[in-house]
Amino acid sequence: MSKKHSKEQKAEPTLDFNSKLKYAAAPESASIANIKKQYDLYINGAWVKPAKGQYFETHSPANEQLLSKVAMAGAEDVDKAVKAARTAYEKVWSKMPAKERAKYIFRIARIIQERARELAVVESLDGGKPIRESRDIDIPLAANHFFYYAGWADKLEYAFPGRKPEPLGVAGQIIPWNFPLLMAAWKIAPALATGNTVVLKPAETTPLTALKLAEIIHDAGLPPGVVNIVTGAGATGAALVNHPDIDKVAFTGSTEVGKIIQKALAGTGKKLTLELGGKAANIIFEDAAIDQAVEGVVNGIFFNQGHVCCAGSRLFVQESVANKVIRKLKDRMESLVVGDPLDKNTDVGAINSAEQLKKIQEYLKIGVNEGAEMFQPSCSIPSKGYFCKPTLFLHTSQSHRIVQEEIFGPVLAIQTFRTVEEVIEKANNTPFGLSAGVWTDKGSRIFTLTTQMKAGVVWANTYNKFDPVSPFGGYKESGFGREGGLHGLLPYLKLA
Amino acid sequence: MSAGFAFVPWNEGLVKPHLFVLLTFNPRIMAHTSTLYHPSISPPVDQIGVEERCARFQTRSIKNETKTEMLKLALSMIDLTTLEGKDSEGKVKQLCYKAMHPHDILPGIPQVAAVCVYPTLVRTARKALKGSNVKVAAVATAFPSGLAPLKVKLDDTRFAVEEGADEIDMVISRGKFLQGEYNFVFDEIAAVKEACGKAHLKVILETGELSTLDNVRRASDLAIYAGADFIKTSTGKIQPAATMPVTLVMLQAIRDYYYETGIMIGMKPAGGIANSKLALHYLVMVKETLGAEWLNPDWFRFGASKLANDILMQLVKQQTGVYQSLNYFSND
Amino acid sequence: MAVKSKTPATEPKIVSNGNGSAKATEPRIAVWKTYKIYIGGAFPRTESGRYYPITLSNGNVVNVCLSSRKDFRNAMTVAREAAHKWASKSALIRGQILYRMAEMLETRGAQFREELQWMGMTEAQARTEVEQAVDRLIYYAGWADKYQQVFSSVNPVASSHFNFSALEPTGVVAVVAPEESPLLGLVSVIAPVLAGGNSCVVLASESRALSAVTLAEVLSTSDLPGGVVNMLTGNLKELLPHIGGHMDLNAFYLHTSDAAHIKTAGELAALNVKRLITESQTNWSSPDAQSPYRILDFCETKTTWHPIGI
Repeated sequence: MSKKHSKEQKAEPTLDFNSKLKYAAAPESASIANIKKQYDLYINGAWVKPAKGQYFETHSPANEQLLSKVAMAGAEDVDKAVKAARTAYEKVWSKMPAKERAKYIFRIARIIQERARELAVVESLDGGKPIRESRDIDIPLAANHFFYYAGWADKLEYAFPGRKPEPLGVAGQIIPWNFPLLMAAWKIAPALATGNTVVLKPAETTPLTALKLAEIIHDAGLPPGVVNIVTGAGATGAALVNHPDIDKVAFTGSTEVGKIIQKALAGTGKKLTLELGGKAANIIFEDAAIDQAVEGVVNGIFFNQGHVCCAGSRLFVQESVANKVIRKLKDRMESLVVGDPLDKNTDVGAINSAEQLKKIQEYLKIGVNEGAEMFQPSCSIPSKGYFCKPTLFLHTSQSHRIVQEEIFGPVLAIQTFRTVEEVIEKANNTPFGLSAGVWTDKGSRIFTLTTQMKAGVVWANTYNKFDPVSPFGGYKESGFGREGGLHGLLPYLKLA
Repeated sequence: MSAGFAFVPWNEGLVKPHLFVLLTFNPRIMAHTSTLYHPSISPPVDQIGVEERCARFQTRSIKNETKTEMLKLALSMIDLTTLEGKDSEGKVKQLCYKAMHPHDILPGIPQVAAVCVYPTLVRTARKALKGSNVKVAAVATAFPSGLAPLKVKLDDTRFAVEEGADEIDMVISRGKFLQGEYNFVFDEIAAVKEACGKAHLKVILETGELSTLDNVRRASDLAIYAGADFIKTSTGKIQPAATMPVTLVMLQAIRDYYYETGIMIGMKPAGGIANSKLALHYLVMVKETLGAEWLNPDWFRFGASKLANDILMQLVKQQTGVYQSLNYFSND
Repeated sequence: MAVKSKTPATEPKIVSNGNGSAKATEPRIAVWKTYKIYIGGAFPRTESGRYYPITLSNGNVVNVCLSSRKDFRNAMTVAREAAHKWASKSALIRGQILYRMAEMLETRGAQFREELQWMGMTEAQARTEVEQAVDRLIYYAGWADKYQQVFSSVNPVASSHFNFSALEPTGVVAVVAPEESPLLGLVSVIAPVLAGGNSCVVLASESRALSAVTLAEVLSTSDLPGGVVNMLTGNLKELLPHIGGHMDLNAFYLHTSDAAHIKTAGELAALNVKRLITESQTNWSSPDAQSPYRILDFCETKTTWHPIGI
């Protein structure tokens, strides 16, 4: 220290996060991925070719390279899968002692753990999410989810006092592209534990880990037909939802498609659970632990490129600390690494598809046209592949479209507020109700806020935490039914 | 929040009056202006959130040329330390030679930042380090407990400075701090700062005795406002010594002060950082919290004795590709 | 409006007004009650001015409000306002108010028995219907501060967080009451909605509407805040599109055996992802007709996380 140690005040003190110590590339090896050139449908314990012989391509969103070709299931294939599931349900799965059923599910959990690194790499390759997230969050949570529900299989009578729980039959399940393997686990694990059989359709842009899961389920020795994986797009999903021999539909995806499914199932008697969109409020009060709140905001909106239904996409900051919070937020964003999903230092990976990138970019234009002030960090993004810089919009109001609509990208709309009443009103002023965040050091205020938020998951002084034991699901247009925990059993049971 | 004072929400409106005084009268020379620190200017800290952030730093993968660069940087930031009752002139001379010649076989290796000793050994170190850029740091103010009258502390400080110390590492009165006597602690620091003259002042919070991260944040703010040039985690005599969460909270205090005033404060985690992997995680933390300007020995130090050789082993490994043994690295 | 259109068989006849049977010591012209709807704690007539007649077993004809979509809309508005008020009452108070409803119903039992007989029940049937309705209210009064404990959980997450799931009211519920059981069925479907902390708009049994209106009079004297229960009489087919489609309605309980109605309601529910619960042919006297799981149908599970640190 010494000569540089001057005490003169700088005019505008700024921090420099980019001029020194760039992290050298630290890519996870893709060689472990072991992706086949082509995948068929997994029906009745075997890999079968689609009836119409059609296949679709799945690409890496990070470099647009072809990863594999995947079977496009048509109505005939879906029918075959449902029949297999029905037969497996009636002849094998519903008759098997629950404790034996449990052991199969435990096996799945264990094999996922054994193949965790491979699954993480495939997840990042196919979906674009940073390897840090697929390695540390998606894959471990998926394994833990199977592990958790496996244990429930022979204990269901303790979950519902005064009732005898019975399985529904065949569950048709449709999952989104943002957490491909984890969502498959959220769907399949409770369905199997409760004694149902499954036909699952992964999203068309991210089918690979579900197909790897089919391999795992096969290796675990599950009886044929208990789990069937049919890949395809919207038409495949529609065929599954509308199949007359399905007893239960579980869907995670957009509110728009959820409504179509709810309408389609009207009067059919099929049990339905929906986990749909969100536009969560994340609220920072002036007495909050500001640095941790800023971290929570970053984790709330930039986790998984903002492709998270419960993303904290509306930030409310109390006016007295707004400048401080925004300044810290901008500085924090400067240290985010955007780029190659397989690089272990990447914080924000690739946008899942060209289509989604286009949608996000349209919203960026809308935000600018609406007069909101846009901020993006100075980082560069790869020229190839689908990337979007983390983005803030300042000076927004509830009337801005970027505040009202789910963008499903790394885009945060910031509003300020003055009073508790005001922010509760604004936070709930949305058709969605999936999640919310509250940051304050005052205990009694936490409970007022957490009880007043019309949302199924409320994170207080934290954000975007998930656990197999923790029920997850929405209020209002964010859907109904819960996944995770004891409450996650109910959507797959009838209570006699 | 501990009892004993009314909690006032931390916000900009409350900080500004302090700053007004600060910028107008420069508190760093005004030892008696102890009303400058009130705990209300320190925001609360959420322990779990801090730990989660630290876990993220540790997921950074440091490879290849970045690793070499950061290892050298870490080495150059070390305050090579000996603080034992049995310390002798001979021991200190040996240590000083190591400080100037960490591993001469390997070209391009920096010297460490400083040698840190007790006041009575400052003269020895000063002499041994003559001609090098390695600084002499002295622990003073009745280190490590700090339980001595102010006069003794000031004499201790002046003695070390007169003997040739470039830097004074003082300890705060933790008992008084935990009693809520912030003014007492503030005044002590300010008085020691004055006694330092041209020597730079590092204020040791001894975070292992402060119990909570809220207290770490308050002690950091208090020390900074009272005149610290550096804030330092630990004496090394109390466990736990430096930890990443504690260091992060202190870095955040430094950042908030910089935001408000444009004045940079240095940071020194000390004790418990024994291997280079952990040291690199600390540097990641500095890089992502304070940025490039703090990534040099003027603004960031490691108080450590074993770290240097581990870094040297890693540097040789980087160059040769062969895992190393301590038998090949001098141990002074 | 309650004035009959046909001449009663025996005129003059003393008609009970609900305060016990009067003994005719001398011929007296009876005072008949106008059966009005119940919105926001008041008893207006339908804004449409329309009515439909119900012929009673004693030959009297009662003109009942044929509620319009605007009545439903008005009821929804007050129900939304009342929802928060009701939800923010303590579970203890909600239970006590449900119990008060049972008290009021019990003490006005004679009036209900008489009305039920006018609507075709035997005396024994009417007595059972009233007794079981009172008992059902007491059953749910007891649940008001207990179902939370049965259905909530503390969830042992792997990270250093305290995590719990608790129930909250869904909000505003539309209730299409059973057609056949005008009092017991009605109470059986309203009570769990109320115990769960929701407000509701009820469409009463169309053909047996009298008990519903009289029950509204019970509710209005039971310390239940105005607007928490709103009682409409009218025609399901006419109102179904407006109920099912209402964008501010959170949940819809529909008791019907008409498959077309169920399909329509389901399709409309999708407009705002309403929770739709349908049921048909229920034996309201059976033990299965009461259950805390019926409260659960009108609750949302909220999961809350908070760090555990020092």
